[in-house]
Amino acid sequence: MNRLWIIFAGFMITFTTAWIGLAMLPSAHYRGPEWGAQLGENDLLVEQGRGVFIQNGCVYCHSQQVTARNFRSDQDRGWGARRTVASDYRNDKRGLFGTMRTGPDLANIGSRNSSPQWHYLHLYDPQITSKGSVMPPMRFLFDRHKAGASGSTEALPLGDGDEIVPKPEARALVAYLLSRKHDVGEPPEAFEPPATQ
Amino acid sequence: MNDSRPAQGDPAAIEASRTQRVEIDLSLRGPTMHWLAVALFWLLLGTFEAMLASHKLTTPEFLAGSPWLTFGRIRQAHLESMVYGWLSAASVPVLLWMLARLCRAPLRHGWTLHVSAVLWNVGNLIGGFGIIAGYGTSMEWLEYPPVAAPFLLAGFAIVLWHGVDMLRRRAPGHIYVSQWYLFAALIWFPLLYLTAQTLLFWKPVAAIAQGPVNWWYAHNVLGLWFTPVGLASAYYLIPKVIGRPIHSYYLSAVGFWTLAFFYSWNGMHHLVGGPYPAWLVSTSIAASVMMVVPVVTVAVNHHMTMVGHFSALRWSPTLRFVVFGAMSYTLVSLQGSLTAVRAVQRVVHFTHYTVAHAHLGMYAFATMIMFGSIYYMVPRVIGREWPSARLIRVHFWASAIGITLYFVALTVGGIEQGLNLQNAEMPFLEVVRRTIPYLHLRTFSGILLSIGHFAFAISLVRVLIGKTRPAGEPTLLAVRHPVTA
Ligand code: HEC
Repeated sequence: MNRLWIIFAGFMITFTTAWIGLAMLPSAHYRGPEWGAQLGENDLLVEQGRGVFIQNGCVYCHSQQVTARNFRSDQDRGWGARRTVASDYRNDKRGLFGTMRTGPDLANIGSRNSSPQWHYLHLYDPQITSKGSVMPPMRFLFDRHKAGASGSTEALPLGDGDEIVPKPEARALVAYLLSRKHDVGEPPEAFEPPATQ
Repeated sequence: MNDSRPAQGDPAAIEASRTQRVEIDLSLRGPTMHWLAVALFWLLLGTFEAMLASHKLTTPEFLAGSPWLTFGRIRQAHLESMVYGWLSAASVPVLLWMLARLCRAPLRHGWTLHVSAVLWNVGNLIGGFGIIAGYGTSMEWLEYPPVAAPFLLAGFAIVLWHGVDMLRRRAPGHIYVSQWYLFAALIWFPLLYLTAQTLLFWKPVAAIAQGPVNWWYAHNVLGLWFTPVGLASAYYLIPKVIGRPIHSYYLSAVGFWTLAFFYSWNGMHHLVGGPYPAWLVSTSIAASVMMVVPVVTVAVNHHMTMVGHFSALRWSPTLRFVVFGAMSYTLVSLQGSLTAVRAVQRVVHFTHYTVAHAHLGMYAFATMIMFGSIYYMVPRVIGREWPSARLIRVHFWASAIGITLYFVALTVGGIEQGLNLQNAEMPFLEVVRRTIPYLHLRTFSGILLSIGHFAFAISLVRVLIGKTRPAGEPTLLAVRHPVTA
């Protein structure tokens, strides 16, 4: 084949069809006011927490999607009362679906464990709550003091005479985690019928 | 593929063609040294980050005090260092050198390629530092904060311009399949990257649509950027080293067009089980399975070319790396077709199996072929020989054994992890505990890979700073048999 432009046209056509099919079509499909993030006052903290989640790469160990019963055992593991559907993500700014489960799925962590104290202790040192975990401790999200020294109402005793006080980043992160509860109540009217697989 | 064009037996024409080839090679000298230095820096940094991340996964207390070194950031930095810092920066000079030779067009305005290398390096530095400082995006394969993208795009635009410039000045006549691959890669990569940056960061689409865009990009940056460059190298170098043309022109053409058609539709199988319409995921699963066609075509073509010449693997460093890479390409692609199937995904999705698969592609295939290409290109373009056959041997065996162990450990570990996850009776911490021996093995294989990279670094640095002999007698791994030219 001696004509460069034929080759060029050929590989541009194959590329463009896939570009339309896999990048542009899904983007155009999920568009419109119902897909925009509508943030209330309170959600600002959740939004900041999402930032902490993103900057520390939690998604490399935690997915946020519950799969169908006939695909994986997610629901039997208690990760959600139903599979997630597209509209569960309509108020999210960034798709954090995850492809790795070194840790459990977090799509519904807020409905499964709503205790901020548990989350603070776990983030400070996962070994306190989950002996043998490989989750990295996030101590840098906390201040550590002698017990009683901080005077903060949020201080958590560590049991060795010290206490920890969550920094604003930790508070935002836990607010974000607690907001992850898609499986509470009826599913929002589905914009997309869940694919059966 | 063989670019020695003159009629056989005309000594004057052969000599003229040789002189022209030397002239082309030397026109690329400075920029090649620059780009390779950038690539080497990122290979070593990326290896260091890999070791940190791998060790942290089994020892979470290791360097846990600082947010800058937390696993989630190092993990992002490692991936980006390898994708953009190392493998892309190694692919650029190899690509331009092959294109210049195949077009018989020396590089012009070489200084602009120095500018592009600086832009590329600065983009990576900003990106890598950004991730560590907490500006990573957590979008897989696109972790650099968006400010890095303009630098990378500007740097690549210069590279693209050079590629087009060479193609426009090409010698009349046949256009080789390697040229098709290289040309396509030059166009595909910036389009992919621009699309992903635009739809994910500059004018972000709804979160739910970011999944498809993310994985279309992530899969195709391998399929439509690293793969065509790697395949072009294999097509170009295997015939060069053993001194006979590629087996079948028609198979090459079929391989190219089926790759262009099917690979671009891959990616959505990473979203299987997710909240997506079935057609989206199924399309990619079908395209993944169809990838068997280009892969088998290329494999048969390469194998038939090699038949009768396998003994050249004993002495040629280039051939060892390139053939290892080409065989891994077959393996990783067939594995990919199999893995995309839902029944397999049920078990291995969300596990270390995927990480093993990614390394089979990015390392055993693409990186090994780039090593082989660099071993061939450097003495000719820079005009200095590799200092030591022993270093090359250490590099090859450490890399080959290291990546094999890596792949086996995480594949087996991943399958076990997947089966355990499916067993809802098993407590999650028990699932975690049972992966740890495999993760230790992975760290160990990382040590082997690091040894290989050090050997490579010593060789390359000595070439770059001139502490080795000038080009002449090549550094071979064994005595070469006289059968080949
Ligand atoms: C290296 C992998 C890894 C990273 C990175 C990681 N985790 Fe974990 N995470 C785990 C593992 C393993 C578990 C299960 C054991 C445990 O509870 O610690 C877990 C458990 C959890 C749980 C409890 C889940 C449940 O079902 O009880 C939460 C919440 C959590 N992680 C949040 C986070 C957040 C937030 C981040 C980022 C700041 C993060 N994780 C980063 C591995 C990780």
